[in-house]
Amino acid sequence: MIPLTMPHPVAPHALLSGLFRNLPWPLPQDASAHGPALDLHLFLNLWIALGLFALAHLLLLIGLLRRRSPEPSEDRIWRIEYLPLAALALLFIALAVQAERLWAATRYTGADPAALQVEVTGMQFAWYFRYPGTDATFGTTQPQLVSAAEGNPLGIDPSDPHSHDDLVTSELVLPAGREVDLRLHAQDVIHGFAIPEMRLKQNAVPGQTIHIHFTPTQPGTYAILCTQLCGLGHYRMNANLRVLPPADFAQWIAEKEKAQP
Amino acid sequence: MIPNQKSANPHALRPRLSFLRRYIFTTDHHVIGLQYLALALVAVAVGSTLSLLMRLHLSWPNLALPFHGPILPEDYLALVTLHGTIMLFFVLTTAPQSGFGNLILPAQIGSRTMAFPLLNAASFWITAAALLTLLMSTFAQGGAAISGWTAYPPLSAVASAGPGQALGMDLWLLSIGLFAIASTIASINTLVTIINLRCDGMTWERLPLTVWGWFTAALLSILAFSVLLAALVLLFCDRHAGTSFFLPAGDLVNGTLHSGGNGSPLLWLHLFWFFGHPEVYIAILPGMGLTSMLLANFSRRKVFAYRTMILTTLLIGFLGILVWGHHMFVAGLNPFAGTAFSISTIAIAIPSTAKVLSWLATTWRSRPHLTTAMLFSLGFVSLFITGGLTGPILAQPILDQYLHNTFFVVAHFHFIMAMAGIFGLFSATYYWFPLVTGRMMSESLGRLHFWGTFLGAYTTFLPMHITGLAAEPRHYAQLTGIPGTAAASLLAHGSIPLQSHITYSAIFLASVQILFFINLIHSSHHGLPATGNPWQATTLEWHPELAPFSDQFASNERIAVVRAPCAYSDTSFQTQWDTGHNPE
Repeated sequence: MIPLTMPHPVAPHALLSGLFRNLPWPLPQDASAHGPALDLHLFLNLWIALGLFALAHLLLLIGLLRRRSPEPSEDRIWRIEYLPLAALALLFIALAVQAERLWAATRYTGADPAALQVEVTGMQFAWYFRYPGTDATFGTTQPQLVSAAEGNPLGIDPSDPHSHDDLVTSELVLPAGREVDLRLHAQDVIHGFAIPEMRLKQNAVPGQTIHIHFTPTQPGTYAILCTQLCGLGHYRMNANLRVLPPADFAQWIAEKEKAQP
Repeated sequence: MIPNQKSANPHALRPRLSFLRRYIFTTDHHVIGLQYLALALVAVAVGSTLSLLMRLHLSWPNLALPFHGPILPEDYLALVTLHGTIMLFFVLTTAPQSGFGNLILPAQIGSRTMAFPLLNAASFWITAAALLTLLMSTFAQGGAAISGWTAYPPLSAVASAGPGQALGMDLWLLSIGLFAIASTIASINTLVTIINLRCDGMTWERLPLTVWGWFTAALLSILAFSVLLAALVLLFCDRHAGTSFFLPAGDLVNGTLHSGGNGSPLLWLHLFWFFGHPEVYIAILPGMGLTSMLLANFSRRKVFAYRTMILTTLLIGFLGILVWGHHMFVAGLNPFAGTAFSISTIAIAIPSTAKVLSWLATTWRSRPHLTTAMLFSLGFVSLFITGGLTGPILAQPILDQYLHNTFFVVAHFHFIMAMAGIFGLFSATYYWFPLVTGRMMSESLGRLHFWGTFLGAYTTFLPMHITGLAAEPRHYAQLTGIPGTAAASLLAHGSIPLQSHITYSAIFLASVQILFFINLIHSSHHGLPATGNPWQATTLEWHPELAPFSDQFASNERIAVVRAPCAYSDTSFQTQWDTGHNPE
């Protein structure tokens, strides 16, 4: 039955500091290069929505409270309906144009050829990350070879020479300030690859390779979530993104390569 | 005033029918309408209870249910799936379109019957079988399906993908397949009725906007449900006939390797959302029509810009077919397609805004009669505005890239579809109750019900925008106690305390509905007797010859209309038909 005490680990003061820290729109930290423009556009949209919400309700309320007048003549349909409609249409068009520009900037073209290549694989209920190693080529994978117990969750084919220096990790480690080109895979069902602090979300779909690219700017540790319902462990399917200063990243990957069998 | 025809013996001249023939296996569209409404009432009670269990679990993850124990992650996802499926199909589609559609639509066009009475009964019983099948899936081995109401494959295509994905998923497919068949039949019936059975003088322009809502929703239903049915059959074949429509080669799901052909999960998303988006308009269009008519009736004015209203209804329906890709911005759709779907989606804001402007102009300085039915219609306008304003935000792919599958989306569709849809149904119930029972519902209880529901809707769903902006994902069985420090701290980022507030609000919102049930039951026996046309309405369902359960065999008097609806003046009104005793 319902326990009498709330087992929440969050105290009321945390509510205030956490929720109202970023008032009025409590977005988490923004740590990517494309993020600030996205946030700005989102805030603009939210303020406009809030303004229109207030305006519409004010009109509704005032209209209900004021004394009765004769009904508006349809001759005034331009003033009452079409002109406000045109104004709002222009507003929506302006917002859409700006949104499409931001969308185009991040999605219409692929990553820079010099971008860091990382493969992301989603499976029930974990994310795996693969770096291609010094040959800059990913080894082939085969579903028949998949065996998490034998340390080969991705089914990497050992007979492919490109696979020997491939580096598989359970956390995504990236250098700050360098663009990364992620190739998303899913082994079993559709998963949603999302890093809220990078303002990034893209589904990983079985049978497809989907590229997304972004540039992390702030070193730190961020959450990678699954945002597409993928089965009973969906809620606990997450990983860490660790963004390091470039020198630290170089050291990290060198150590990892050295530790390869 | 028209004297109440029901006070005389209502069944005096009817052929004697057994109880079963009259109330169960009937082809009388009024009874079928009530059967649909009863079914929707059962469904809404079940669906709401499921949502409360979800809310309780999110706030108190260790809570044990009597006779069940703790809610496991798979239980939570079964709740998600059943709640969505029941509410979308068996409440928001069934009640406005089939329930009130049957009960009121024929009379509003001056017809004594639906075009195909036998098909009508068949579609009700198929719908009932569909609901029963869905509810029975809870008792299947492994439980009910866990893949959500959208049933994305391969999760829904492979039995090993999770508990509930074996027999539970098959029963889900069977249930929705039956529902799709029933809805297609019912929509054909609705369309033929509207096109063929309009009485003399009932031109298209004189049709009440409710009829335009039912008409457009029926058009959408035929298109959408036929595509859904095809998709369901393909998915069933992938599960049992070795096909690969939605399964890529080499897909490895929990030990099951798919070695057949190379299909695409995205094909399902396209087919499903080609149905799924029109579906939300099917749910809301009748409510929009009713709101327009009730705002006019209680303001004693014409609906402002009636022709534009007809046009925008059709336009919303038409654009509704062209926007399915906005559910797929981050699903693997080509980014250029994302732009195209974004533009078609934002275009819907234009006819929707036109409707809101019309509603504001209709009520502007009208000092309307604030009956409970009118309050719920005004509530509909408010919720439609609130939910509608976040639509253009989510329609921008770059913003959806952040907001997709967060609670922000949950807030959006619960305002514009779920709550607005339910408010439309409450309006309809308070408004047409006297027509069916000959009695009025209690206004004081009704007002209390309205204010509680209105307040509850806002306090429940408004904070979800905030938790969504804080990146909180939907479909999570737990928001606390999850592994992963970064994820745990992100989710604790100020939003989790709001979840308890949302749970308390949801409990409040659900509790207020007890007032509605009390009112419904009490007033049907002890309500004040209603006059024949208690709201002084102008539309034909209040015509004494057409009122439900007044004796339709009493006379074959020709029904004809002479004017459009909404002929009100400050002191009087003119019904669409001429009776000679309307105040002029």
